[in-house]
Amino acid sequence: MSDAQIFHDHPDDPPPRVGWWVGRIGVYGILILWTVICLFPIYWTITTSFKQAPDVMQGNMVPWVDYTPQWRGWKSLGLSPDTIGQVSTVREEFLKRFWNSTVTALASSMLAVVLGSCAAYGLSRFRYKFGFMRNPDISFFFLSQLILPPVVLALPFLVLYKELALLDTRLGLILLYALTVLPIVIWIMRDQFQGIPVELEEAALVDGLGIWGAFITIILPIALPGMVAAFILSLVLTWNEYFFAALLTSTNAVTLPVMVASQTGSQGINWWSMAALSASAILPLIVIGIVLERYIIKGMASGAVK
Amino acid sequence: MATQGDLLHVVTLDEISDQRRTLGKLLIRGSAAIMAATFFTLWLSVTGWIDLEFETWRPALYAYVFWGICLCAAQVVLRGEQGKRVLFVLPAVLFVVAMVVFPLLFGLTIAFSDWNLASLGGRKFNGFDNVRQMWNDPFYWNALKNMVYYTLAILVEYAIAFGLALLLNSQIRARKFFRVAFLMPLMLSPVAVSWMVGKSMMEIRFGPLARLARELGWDSPSFFGSPEIARFMIMAMDAWTFIPFMMIMILAGLQAIPKELHEAAKVDGAPAWRGFWEVTFPLMLPVSITAILIRIIFKLKLADIIINVTSGGPGGATDSVTSFIFREYRDRSNVGYGTLLAMVYLVLIVIAITIFMKLVDRWMNPRY
Repeated sequence: MSDAQIFHDHPDDPPPRVGWWVGRIGVYGILILWTVICLFPIYWTITTSFKQAPDVMQGNMVPWVDYTPQWRGWKSLGLSPDTIGQVSTVREEFLKRFWNSTVTALASSMLAVVLGSCAAYGLSRFRYKFGFMRNPDISFFFLSQLILPPVVLALPFLVLYKELALLDTRLGLILLYALTVLPIVIWIMRDQFQGIPVELEEAALVDGLGIWGAFITIILPIALPGMVAAFILSLVLTWNEYFFAALLTSTNAVTLPVMVASQTGSQGINWWSMAALSASAILPLIVIGIVLERYIIKGMASGAVK
Repeated sequence: MATQGDLLHVVTLDEISDQRRTLGKLLIRGSAAIMAATFFTLWLSVTGWIDLEFETWRPALYAYVFWGICLCAAQVVLRGEQGKRVLFVLPAVLFVVAMVVFPLLFGLTIAFSDWNLASLGGRKFNGFDNVRQMWNDPFYWNALKNMVYYTLAILVEYAIAFGLALLLNSQIRARKFFRVAFLMPLMLSPVAVSWMVGKSMMEIRFGPLARLARELGWDSPSFFGSPEIARFMIMAMDAWTFIPFMMIMILAGLQAIPKELHEAAKVDGAPAWRGFWEVTFPLMLPVSITAILIRIIFKLKLADIIINVTSGGPGGATDSVTSFIFREYRDRSNVGYGTLLAMVYLVLIVIAITIFMKLVDRWMNPRY
């Protein structure tokens, strides 16, 4: 008989590991499904920015197979190859918004990291007494800002900024954004400094450095990865901030999210131009996310494990 | 917070001369006097007592900054080495006081007044009228009720995030790729998400999700038509952006569990699911609670997606408190009433979070 088995498994051998294979397929199936869920909207947005009206209506998905990519969406922003050399008011406006977003996000994250690192270092090393407030109280004072919903501050700030002539300025947004991310920075940095042994500073002090000298030359380089993590997280949060920007800006200091939101409100959405606008609003952070993923995870994980 | 404060105790020789002490006090008092004078002059010119050409209160800001710098400098002059230590915390404290405490106090005064920014009448104190109006405002209570639903959705998010973290922590290939891919939604701005997902992918005619729903047998998919489905869609979009956040925290916790514990459970013959429930899950409780707490705090700020996708509709079914107040201001520019609603919300949040933390504390450290 041709189908007779030549080699026989020994009865003691483990059976073929069907269960293991099913498990593997299940695990990778879920992983790939969730990857699709995570990445499909990004893919959809980027491909839609190269579509034309009929492509959108027929639901074409794959470029070069279903449809030929056109620069339609990017042309409406003045960023396609054939319009990049020409004068374009849309591009002017877009670049102004983009620049506003960049400046506010970078400056406020910078400010928050500088203020927050110093405060976190001080709280982790020295004993303070401001009136009735001692160290745990001061820590709580800073971290409790996290609970404060932005809406509580929004309307008082609207009135105050109007009086202070800070409404619709980048400076106003920078100060406010720095405030919103400050507790997160302090949370991350306190964790960092607690992990650095005090003996390092003691040695530096014995060798004749001052407290600030020891902090800047010895401790900061060691805590740098943590600072980068805090900075990146702040950057993500401030770049994406919409609520305050929508309330406190009108023409000069409008940031990218507000621009995106104002376009959706208008009648008859141009899918391709909206897609191009959204894509350019998310691309910088996608690049940061891919390149600096390590730091983001470090920042978020630092509070979790004590 | 045991490892806090006074770790670096150094005895320093500080000989502060009397002259120096006077100089320090002079700095503080002098700059405070300048600040007070600036405020007083501005107040006089605003109320019209004297005729000075001040358009805005901007000089008051400069005066505060100047006073802050003088105060910091005076710390070093007055207290020497000890003062240099205060310099670490003092700038941040001054910043937060100026940006939070002062606006909050200011907010309390406008919460009890009728102040429409669009009208020229200015601010009118109206006592508890706003409270009465709030009590009879069904939309505000509705928004609060929605917040409860939205917060409860965190449990589902937590379960999904835990599952994904377990998968990422198991023996898989291309772990880094999956981690980056799973992290992506967190990077995206909620406004962009609300267009990408809410307005284009869920578009009834051409959106890919609508197509998918039709394939699956839902004849006329409408994602924001009925209150329940609309609320669910908002929850789903918000979950989509924030699941990576919880996932990363839980993953960090999982990686901190020593391998020996799992091996011990395996040697003792525990099946996988018992190993999970009796070893992994209890060990993960502290991390889970931190993750859930932070997630709740972020969830209570939920507004961007709602403002941009449904603007509270249909019939206020998806409103969060923040988006409701946002529209209250946008439509009627009533600053007084909006501020009162926000203040009440803050009080409710503080109470709820305190109770939550007390319960967790009681549950984690039972006193028999």
